[in-house]
Amino acid sequence: MTTYIGAATSRVDGRAKVTGAAKYAAEFDAPGLAHGSVVTSTISKGRIARIDAAEARSVPGVLAVFTHTDRPPMPSEDSAYKDDVAPEGSPFRPLYDDVVRFNNQPVALVVAEEAEVARFAASLVRVEYQQEPHATDLHHQRQAANALDGHASEQNPFLPPKPRGSAQQAFAAAPVRHAGEYSTPIEHHNPMELYASTVVPEPDGTLTVYDKTQGVQNVQRYVAGVLQMSPEKIRVVSHFVGGAFGSGLRPQYQVVLAALAARTLNRPVRVVLTRQQMYALGFRPAMIQQIELGVSGKGALDAITHDAATVTSRHEIFHRQETGWSGLLYASPNASYHHRVAPLDLPTPCDMRAPSAATAVYALEAAMDELAVALKLDPVELRLRCYSERDQHFDRPYSSKGLRECYRQGAAAFGWDRRSPEPRSMRDGTDLVGWGMATGVWEALQVPIAVRIVLTGNGHAEVACATSDIGTGTYTIMAQVAADMLGLPLDNITIKLGDSTLPQSPVEGGSWIAASVANGIATTARVVRDELLALAKRMTDCPLADAAPDDVALADGKLVSRHDASRAVSIIDAMRYGGVDRLEQEETTKFEDSGAHAHNTHSAIFAEVKVDEELGVIRVTRVVSAVAAGRILNAKTAASQISGGVVWGIGMALHEETLIDHTFGRVMNANIAEYHVPVNADVHDVQVIFVDGKDDEINPLGIKGLGEIGIVGVAAAIANAVYHATGKRVRDLPITLDKLR
Amino acid sequence: MVAVPEKLSLSLTINGTAHQLNVAPWTTLLDALRDRLGLTGTKKGCDHGQCGACTVLVDGRRIVSCLTLAVMQDGAAVTTVEGLATDGALHPVQQAFIDHDAFQCGYCTPGQLCSAVGLLAEGRAKTADEIRELMSGNICRCGAYPNIVAAIQQAMGQA
Repeated sequence: MTTYIGAATSRVDGRAKVTGAAKYAAEFDAPGLAHGSVVTSTISKGRIARIDAAEARSVPGVLAVFTHTDRPPMPSEDSAYKDDVAPEGSPFRPLYDDVVRFNNQPVALVVAEEAEVARFAASLVRVEYQQEPHATDLHHQRQAANALDGHASEQNPFLPPKPRGSAQQAFAAAPVRHAGEYSTPIEHHNPMELYASTVVPEPDGTLTVYDKTQGVQNVQRYVAGVLQMSPEKIRVVSHFVGGAFGSGLRPQYQVVLAALAARTLNRPVRVVLTRQQMYALGFRPAMIQQIELGVSGKGALDAITHDAATVTSRHEIFHRQETGWSGLLYASPNASYHHRVAPLDLPTPCDMRAPSAATAVYALEAAMDELAVALKLDPVELRLRCYSERDQHFDRPYSSKGLRECYRQGAAAFGWDRRSPEPRSMRDGTDLVGWGMATGVWEALQVPIAVRIVLTGNGHAEVACATSDIGTGTYTIMAQVAADMLGLPLDNITIKLGDSTLPQSPVEGGSWIAASVANGIATTARVVRDELLALAKRMTDCPLADAAPDDVALADGKLVSRHDASRAVSIIDAMRYGGVDRLEQEETTKFEDSGAHAHNTHSAIFAEVKVDEELGVIRVTRVVSAVAAGRILNAKTAASQISGGVVWGIGMALHEETLIDHTFGRVMNANIAEYHVPVNADVHDVQVIFVDGKDDEINPLGIKGLGEIGIVGVAAAIANAVYHATGKRVRDLPITLDKLR
Repeated sequence: MVAVPEKLSLSLTINGTAHQLNVAPWTTLLDALRDRLGLTGTKKGCDHGQCGACTVLVDGRRIVSCLTLAVMQDGAAVTTVEGLATDGALHPVQQAFIDHDAFQCGYCTPGQLCSAVGLLAEGRAKTADEIRELMSGNICRCGAYPNIVAAIQQAMGQA
């Protein structure tokens, strides 16, 4: 019964968001709330020789100044600081010792009665350093990067895949080939909400933590570790998250500072980072990629080599599956991969929307475009010649793959057949017009999750899970799925999420929550149905007296026989006759995966750019993104997810770049005016198409997830369009106008 | 002992209600709204006038409330997102934002809404391109721009 699943339902939290009622982490008040302001380092590497906070302490209204020499005890072992998604290494510990590991690192926290006083006093903290030489430039350190040994497996999914065939020999023998180096810069997430935590010590000794995070239970366990408290004594709340895009997967340091201060002062403390300070959180690592593509006599790929160098910190080794996307996406008998990671004096990078795929597929798809030019072949035709019907890494079928349909429908909607192949051959007045395309790919992942349903005698249900809604629409799709699974009107469903006391959920990321929580709701709803049926059977002359649970569905407020719709009992009657006014069930759903199938989402992106020939100004005037991502839960919010990903791709292609002055190791454009993100005037016509993505194998509801796939491939489609418009191939993003000269 | 500035008293009419405030001269209108008056609908995204999340209407004009000190607005009439709906009925721009899914995380939304209401009052935007240009002071990192433009067009049609 699907009344709501798939429908273009408006967000159930929409009213809260347009009236200002939705509360974010820095917006919870508490009696006696104090405000913390962070002091950060001005050097990139070395030691803190001395901190003089006397003047700051003398400011009326200042309550305390915390530094590494003036703080409560903190645990000494790494394990206490490891969060659920921490990479290998030693996690950063704020205010732990005198070591400066990166620029803009927190070195002191000033707490005062008012935020303005705290900030003023923070400006009076004097820090003296013993500076040491630092390195922050991947392009200078690529030779010093460490190779990742071994091959990808279920245990180590982020190692380069096992090579196949002999890529070097095949490339050398290929009659047509392309080799290119592509680079992408450090990017920062820049969610609109500033990172913030409000920590309230409760009279019973517990802590309530209002935090900006993608995983309340991850923060709960992390704070428990750092504060050496029992996790049960910490409640983390995050009902609304003002964007995160991966930056909130790991707990950020302000939560530690706020919690240390609140516990020490025994009063509520709020710490809000500045936009500038957020440039010392995680980031999308810079990447240099070398790609070689060789074509056989038949005109299809015969060799792929994909080498990547990426950035990590000195204290943790962060990397993802940067190289494997190429050999996964296209059929090629020969493929090899290398990945080196350069430790630099920077914070540890972290996941950022479609981590690894956004950058790796950019390089691959730009290289494929160059190969199509070398072959004098339409770029779509080249991709169809190399279409992989099976997962190339593990030689297994896909549970579903709608990429061919993405190419077809995307090209038709765009009008691709009217493209003139020669660069600089299309014009609109004085503008050069370019049309480019690319493919996108992401994983369809699922994670164990628990869902609780409480059904009350008036036919209302509360559905609870400790997941997050970071703007993706989780509240809404949970309500839609629950309404269908319980056979109740949408308005009778209340969703609870973003609270660590709710049933278990992992962090919201990787596009895995929609599939996981929706199937989780279905699992628990089945148990609710079973209990309702048992209650109904207490009725005399129950029309479902002999019905087995699986013969009964919940629909239109009733238990209904699947074989005979006239045999039905209303939910309200079942509960009344059963003598209960409240029914509660909680189930954990685990997703068994035999490994027999590959699970991926795919997309085809077609982009039009117009380039002012004299000034080099590039405008992205049209984008069509055709996506195959299984069953779509909400046509409205799903299109928004993809369209938002396209906007991210525009930023990646043309605007976004964290600029470090490597002399000082300091970000020069640590603000949202000089770090360019797309604004309204940068975005024009964006069309999203969902191709039929039926997938009966992946999970009972056939859901694959959408958060990441929207950005993947977009930057390449735009870069390829810029080449088509101008005849100039820019291989380092972003394509700013100076690079077109 | 380092001195902090003396507090000054001022009056503001916010969403039709008169308020008397005692704040230091360094307190921005944004912080006065959020921290002193509990009107947290107005958002802080950069504190530098770069993102537009803090946009409010002062005497009918849209401004970024992080770049004005509260004391500079003594006597002014301020409308925040909390004041856009009347008697529980959403402003047409608010309803249009819901209808067109013109937000995701919702954090830039109060600023977008106040900016859009100000834009409608200005009467300068006639085309989609003009809306895009005149709404470009309000950053939406979720990238809801096409839906924001569609929502404003809907509201313009009703105005």
